[in-house]
Amino acid sequence: MVKVEFLGPMAQESIELEAKTLADVATQLQKIDSIAAWLDKCAVAVNDQMTADLGMVLKEGDKISILPPVCGG
Amino acid sequence: MELHQGSLDVEAIFSKWLHEEEASNYGAYIPFVGTIRAEDGIEALSFDIYEPVLQQWFDNWVKKAEELGAKVKMAHAIGDVPVHTSSYISAVFSPKRRVALELIDEFVEDFKANAPIWKYDVKEGKRIYAADRSTPMNGSGLLSK
Repeated sequence: MVKVEFLGPMAQESIELEAKTLADVATQLQKIDSIAAWLDKCAVAVNDQMTADLGMVLKEGDKISILPPVCGG
Repeated sequence: MELHQGSLDVEAIFSKWLHEEEASNYGAYIPFVGTIRAEDGIEALSFDIYEPVLQQWFDNWVKKAEELGAKVKMAHAIGDVPVHTSSYISAVFSPKRRVALELIDEFVEDFKANAPIWKYDVKEGKRIYAADRSTPMNGSGLLSK
């Protein structure tokens, strides 16, 4: 299982998924309406490292963070 | 990098950074201070921060500045920041002015685009996500493919 957490304004509880790659996570999150609406504008970190690799292989216990649009300052 | 609950004490942070570098032989110290303006009936802005990724973003800027012989510093508020007080201070120190002037521009603009911080308007005590002023980070949309 991997843990997916939704940061900032997404107001979603963390969920746990069976996933071998980030692409598996994408497929499952796209089926959840309240999350799917955010995905086109969210960045992704795996174990707190930003990534742009959808094929990234995941291991048991990995933490995936979903980061919606930002505005610091 | 430092994070504070609520408004930043601008004078104290300016002074601390100045003293930290007073013997470093930098010829230029350029601070940028972000202050909450009163507009659209807000009482305050409020901020959420994801510190692990913010720290990495900042550490990359420390390395980039070091390659130019410069140093960057940053402070940000967490939670509610009332109007007319400060939520964000950044600064660049460098041996000569040109590097600092150019770096503060890049540093502040990249901060706005890629630092994992979420802003909310506070009106009548309620937090409202500032969606229309927010920017998708680099690499956004990966999981919608």
